[in-house]
Amino acid sequence: MRVTWLINVGLVVLLAVVLAAWVMLPWPGALALAVLLAAWLLLTRRGRQTLSVANVGISTLSQRLGSSGVIVVGIAGVVGVLVSLLSMAEGYAETLRKTGGTDSVIVMRGGSASEVSSVLARDSIALIQQADGIARNDKGEPLASEELVVAANLPVKGGAADETGSVQLRGIGERGWAVRPQAKIIAGKSFGPGLRELVVGQGAARQFAGLVPGGTVRLGAQTWTVAGVFATGDALESEIWADGTVVSDTYRRGGSRTSVTARLADPQAFKTLKAALEANPQLQVDVTTTLDYFSKQSEGVTKVLRIIGITVGSIMAIGAMFGALNTMFAAVAARAREIATLRAIGFSGLPVVVAVMLETMLLALAGGVIGGLLAWAIFDGYGASTMAAGSVGKLSFALRVSPDLLWTGLKWALAIGFIGGLFPAVRAARLPVTTALREL
Amino acid sequence: MKYLHLIWASLFRRKTRTVLTLVSIIAAFLLFGLLDAVRSSFSQAGQSANGAARLQTGSKLSFIQTLPLSLTQQIERVDGVKAVAYANWFGGAYQDPHNQVFSFAVSPNYLDLFPEIAVGDDQRKAFASTRTGALVGEKLAQRFGWKVGDRIPLQSNIFPDRSGSKNWQFDVVGILRASDKKTGGWFDQMFLLNWKYFDDTTPYNQGAAGWYVTRVTDVNQADRVAKAIDALSANSDHETRTQTEQAASAAWMKQIADIGLIVGSIMGAVFFTLLLLSGNTMMQAVRERTSEIAVLKTIGFSSRSVLAMVLAESVLLLVLGGLAGLGLATVIIPVVSAGSGGMLNLPSVGAGSWTLGLALMAGIGIVVGALPAWNAMRLNIVDALAGR
Repeated sequence: MRVTWLINVGLVVLLAVVLAAWVMLPWPGALALAVLLAAWLLLTRRGRQTLSVANVGISTLSQRLGSSGVIVVGIAGVVGVLVSLLSMAEGYAETLRKTGGTDSVIVMRGGSASEVSSVLARDSIALIQQADGIARNDKGEPLASEELVVAANLPVKGGAADETGSVQLRGIGERGWAVRPQAKIIAGKSFGPGLRELVVGQGAARQFAGLVPGGTVRLGAQTWTVAGVFATGDALESEIWADGTVVSDTYRRGGSRTSVTARLADPQAFKTLKAALEANPQLQVDVTTTLDYFSKQSEGVTKVLRIIGITVGSIMAIGAMFGALNTMFAAVAARAREIATLRAIGFSGLPVVVAVMLETMLLALAGGVIGGLLAWAIFDGYGASTMAAGSVGKLSFALRVSPDLLWTGLKWALAIGFIGGLFPAVRAARLPVTTALREL
Repeated sequence: MKYLHLIWASLFRRKTRTVLTLVSIIAAFLLFGLLDAVRSSFSQAGQSANGAARLQTGSKLSFIQTLPLSLTQQIERVDGVKAVAYANWFGGAYQDPHNQVFSFAVSPNYLDLFPEIAVGDDQRKAFASTRTGALVGEKLAQRFGWKVGDRIPLQSNIFPDRSGSKNWQFDVVGILRASDKKTGGWFDQMFLLNWKYFDDTTPYNQGAAGWYVTRVTDVNQADRVAKAIDALSANSDHETRTQTEQAASAAWMKQIADIGLIVGSIMGAVFFTLLLLSGNTMMQAVRERTSEIAVLKTIGFSSRSVLAMVLAESVLLLVLGGLAGLGLATVIIPVVSAGSGGMLNLPSVGAGSWTLGLALMAGIGIVVGALPAWNAMRLNIVDALAGR
């Protein structure tokens, strides 16, 4: 009795160590492990014994379809939910990350958490645009756009009659398009200077009613015309754009703006530009690359989404693990005599342990693959939207099931299979041969 | 009831298997308890009787746009309005920009409109008479260890003072408590400062109100009053949109995420898995008892009572695990809320969750037990005893 207890404690410690190592392991490590295992199975005598024992187990799986199915479906459920939840975090972070780059900067009032809460006066804007390090076009004008970012309430597509949602409205300067070469008009045309016209991002057009070229929307008491639709492939697509001076009139902001976005002459110019602007006593501004700015915006939400995903996944994993333990204990008990016979004719404990583990992990792998593929098939590219942190409009983003996430899911599946197989395997190997043979 | 002992004995015939299955069930219902608490905390926001009697008036253009203060008197004159207060979003953060604090600058009568917020009379007086005074929610004070009398620095992520600094100083003069604990998730997280101090200190507000809160005399008139308030500024450059607090918070939650859908789909996956797990257990349990059931029938148990006993066994299994899981959730939720230092505020497992949980236990128990119970009922004594 004492020995059994000690062995169980030992197993739990071993488990903790193996799992910790497993979490860190990148996929080449796992591949190396798999190759090592295969080599051991094929090349050593014990390995070949293991293989033949495992063969018996695996070839009789069809007779235990119901109970083995529990392992597969249980683990598929865990991996499916885990991967889908994490794909939300992934899609959100990726959409914001690719919005920025290291070749453009955003200048805001010092200490502003986001563009909306920043204010820059007209004279500051002029100073910023003339700074060294900002790229210039053929005519020698700086590639910088002074922008006014505000929120607008618009009716939601498919919602109740008076249901409105918030969208981020960006009043851009003359060179607003030039600083964002990724933005392309895909329908209609750009807004005319000085007119109450909008171009809408295709993400915003999907969420709000009336955002089609030629349509009209009401902003407060005014009627605006939609001139066209633009695409950028990133977070900016969730915005609607208009002429900065007209937006400023509507929102009564005078000559002030919220931020300046500028292209750098080259990425190395960032340091000098930042130093020059932040040291200028006439200005009180923060200069960040757009990559940093947008990555930072996604940090909080991504973290929360990840924690939710992992918490839900862990609780489900506990359930699935005990399901696997249950099934494998039953499988081992049903084969007790067979295993005892093997041991009586000279097989040692190790092949038996490894064979049972192999069988469980194979089932777990199948579950992981099914769950991951289901999550991928259903949720990869699935459109979602939320109020984004640091923005005042709904951000539409696509869920993203990346290969990395699928790998994470498989790792979870194999870990559950490992634990679910280990204890029954050890019990099978330790059962005294005489007792097992005498059992009916 | 007289068979309880027999059912109990057959349930724990194989301890390992039953305990392992129980742990899976506990995990599933623990998850259910936690997620249902999250869902109801979202859906209950603003859904109180007081929330129905309060209107929120904001700019129609967008929620960041401010409104002229002159609207106060105009709204007061609208028929059916009991009291009007106004507030501005302050956007405060403590020490680190990530430690966001729900902070508003509020008019002197703001608290009159919120009878569900309990605050001492002398503390309210102190708030009115201290320019830099602040009233702090109970949970918020706990989270950062603030006490009445403390002078605390708060950083606004929107508003600088006239020197351009965004660091503001406040004196904590009182603690806000939610008189009704159920809807308290929000009020005891608030930080209120004097609107006058706010408006005087920052050059960026200039006498504007962020939004108005109106209490109506008669809840049934709320819609009419809302329309009348919006009519005040129709066709001006500051058109308004007025909604009941209930409608406004529901709309706001919907913009953040469809919590119900997410929670629903996770729970669907969890219970589907659970169905298979416990179904497998019950099938095994009945299969290995084939000869015992045959003996029961031989000594006179009717087919129907065998059916009932197997069903009772599976329902008992689910109820045992489910109660333990929900009980665990009840214990864990306050611990999680306390451990997060007020960051997370989950309501406890409510009566609604318990009812739904119990229904699920019974339902899953019956579904899971149905097939093995049917098999047991149809069992042929002779075949079973012969081992065919």
